[in-house]
Amino acid sequence: MKDLAGTAELVRLVLRRDRVRIAVWILGIALLVILTAVGVKSLFPTQKSIDLAAAAIQHNPGAIAFNGPAQGLDTLGGQVAFQAGAFGMVAVGLMSLFMIGRLTRGDEEAGRLELVRSHPVGIHAPVLAALITLTAMNVAVGILSSAGLVAEGLPIAGSLVLGASFCVVGLFFGGVALVAAQVTENTRVVYGVSGALLGLAYVLRIIGDIGDGTVSWFSPIGMAQKARPYAGERWWPLLPMLLAAAILVTLAFQLATIRDHGSGLIGPRPGRGTASANLGHPLGLALRLQRGSLMGWGVGVLVTGIAYGWIAPTLDSFVKANKALVEMMARAGVGSLTNTYFATSLRVMALVATGFAIQAVFRLRSEESALRAEPVLATPVSRWRWAASHLAISLTGSVALLAAAGLATGVSYGLAGGPWSSVPRLLGAALVYAPAIWLMAGFATILFGVAPRLVDVAWAVLAGSFVIGLLGDVLRLPDWIVKLSPFERTPALPAADLTVLPLAVLTLIAAVLVFGGLVGLRRRDIG
Amino acid sequence: MTSAIAISGLVKKFGSTRALDALDLKVGTGEVHGFLGPNGAGKTTTIRILLGLLRADGGSVALLGGDPWRDAVALHRRLAYVPGEVSLWPNLSGGEIIDLLGRLRGDLDRPRRDELLQRFELDPTKKARTYSKGNRQKVALVAALASNAELLLLDEPTSGLDPLMEAVFQDCIREVKAQGRTVLLSSHILAEVEALCDRLSIIRLGRNVQTGTLQELRHLTRTSITAELRSPPDGLEALPGVHGLEVQDHQVHISVDSEHLDVVVRRLGELGVTSLVCHPPTLEELFLRHYGQELEKEPEPGRRT
Repeated sequence: MKDLAGTAELVRLVLRRDRVRIAVWILGIALLVILTAVGVKSLFPTQKSIDLAAAAIQHNPGAIAFNGPAQGLDTLGGQVAFQAGAFGMVAVGLMSLFMIGRLTRGDEEAGRLELVRSHPVGIHAPVLAALITLTAMNVAVGILSSAGLVAEGLPIAGSLVLGASFCVVGLFFGGVALVAAQVTENTRVVYGVSGALLGLAYVLRIIGDIGDGTVSWFSPIGMAQKARPYAGERWWPLLPMLLAAAILVTLAFQLATIRDHGSGLIGPRPGRGTASANLGHPLGLALRLQRGSLMGWGVGVLVTGIAYGWIAPTLDSFVKANKALVEMMARAGVGSLTNTYFATSLRVMALVATGFAIQAVFRLRSEESALRAEPVLATPVSRWRWAASHLAISLTGSVALLAAAGLATGVSYGLAGGPWSSVPRLLGAALVYAPAIWLMAGFATILFGVAPRLVDVAWAVLAGSFVIGLLGDVLRLPDWIVKLSPFERTPALPAADLTVLPLAVLTLIAAVLVFGGLVGLRRRDIG
Repeated sequence: MTSAIAISGLVKKFGSTRALDALDLKVGTGEVHGFLGPNGAGKTTTIRILLGLLRADGGSVALLGGDPWRDAVALHRRLAYVPGEVSLWPNLSGGEIIDLLGRLRGDLDRPRRDELLQRFELDPTKKARTYSKGNRQKVALVAALASNAELLLLDEPTSGLDPLMEAVFQDCIREVKAQGRTVLLSSHILAEVEALCDRLSIIRLGRNVQTGTLQELRHLTRTSITAELRSPPDGLEALPGVHGLEVQDHQVHISVDSEHLDVVVRRLGELGVTSLVCHPPTLEELFLRHYGQELEKEPEPGRRT
């Protein structure tokens, strides 16, 4: 017990310092799930309309790739679980890994934990405090979601299973992040590694759900969906996940006892005694600081693109086998199913690439907060040149990610039997999102330049764009809200025609935002 | 004498607090100027304004003849800076950081850099995250001292250094001074200031309370005297400039304002001195009097208004 002394105090500390963050995560995710149920209910007012939707999705690999296995789709609950399930699980996964990384390795790297540990506080107390907070958060997401779904009139058993799935997936990725935080001494690497595993879980369940479902068992998200909410619930697939989370946590506690405070299990290697020629100007420094992160996001986008491209031929055969249905959908204005599928895939990857673009801009803010901007700005480097170095990484790096997404999807589609002419087509369709991403980077820049304390708002806006992009139809959001997202303003190639005007407008707004941010930066105090 | 730094009436507000409240500071070209003050007095804020990182709310600031806010880039070619809190990129090595900062300044004297690494006994291949506080400080010092900048802005540059390294630092500053370069040295280490500085300024609550050479400032302080007397110390307390009389048998202890020293010594002579210990005014004493609360109670004779 002496290893745990002070835990209660530390939990109080976490609740005090992160109360806003905690509330936003919990309410954000739970509300999203509940609003999906509201949307689905009004979207499908009659059983006939549900059946119609079920028929359109049932064997449609495109829809299954994004959302998960087709189970119970002829019920309202099944539709809700299909629309909000995988999405919610990714959201709780992100919530868990960011909270754990921040509260454990983040505090340790910043040196704050050292002060805490000098008090009569047990070796495991800070980790346990983070874990207690996280468990409470995941349980809260689960309970709020379940309660909301029941209040919307959905069956109790299914609502409970869906809520419990969120909770369990969140705990699992919390455990993953906790282990990563013991192994590496760098908080960014904790986010990177556990985020990559979350992405891998998503990709594995795509492959499994498109196939016979076996591979999905190897994905925490896929396994949680095997609990079949609203489709003949079974609780037992959640148990191995809970067990896995417990094992990860135990492992993390063990690892914590064999490492030194402040270091990881992998020690730092000595570096160069002198700087290479590239490290002599602000851009060289920015590249050095961001190349690891760019490569990480690149791998993520590549893997996702390969997965999306690989399953596309399944969609082609679905189209061939369901001529009547496809014609009916075409009459409803849906267009070519394969093209719609590619358009959605590229939009998802563009949203992911935006994460990099925003993060790269906010490197400026973290450099400033950590007092590392000061020595650079004390040399003959102007504020604009310093900011431009990281902005350049953000604006060009995100285009490189788009290119990687388009190429990976096209080449993988070709290898799987699709036409090779799709490669340039999909590359172009991916690059069309560059202005939208630049606009988001511009928004991040103006926040940094004018209101640096509010930079987190950009993340909320990105989350909003995700919701609009993936759940906009289901949530029945008013048109003017949907149109707020620059991604909805971008022509959805290859399903839509290329129109240059919106792209030009987006680019112009992006330029104005970047310029405004730079002007703000030049006028304000640094630090 | 031309001024490397000329600040007058400088005001900087953070919200409702006035961090700097009509501060004056003059640093002549070629001088090593000590910049003293209690924690939170505004030393770092002043230096950040000199670097153009913060914008002044009032008053005038001239740095090397230019405006530090408007001409930041041009002026930064001519200065080197050691921050009070050294924060380094954790995954870059010390050597890489020194080279990077030197190249950004466009002024990296490689032989001098290597010599400084040796003198400060710093291993340049270690990643910054593994450096101790003292070693981080050395990285910043080597990066600044390896330049030929005409002005060095040093914000508590030796915090965290051991006494050996402190001696190396003092040697380096003497070399800089011999080359006719200017140094603004913010410090709490009074021995360091006494050893290095030509002139010094003491600030408190964002305004300066004293400026001058060490000699001038010492005149404002008291000499402490401990004497064994043959006769009782009658009348000593009534003399002008005598403070804090303590009597123990035949031994007396007093502090004497420097300007009244001759009168007191004459009186002591009349009383018959068998033993005499005399301490010159120390910077510590000066410091404590300016930092302490008594400043608010009794106005200092030399205080600027």
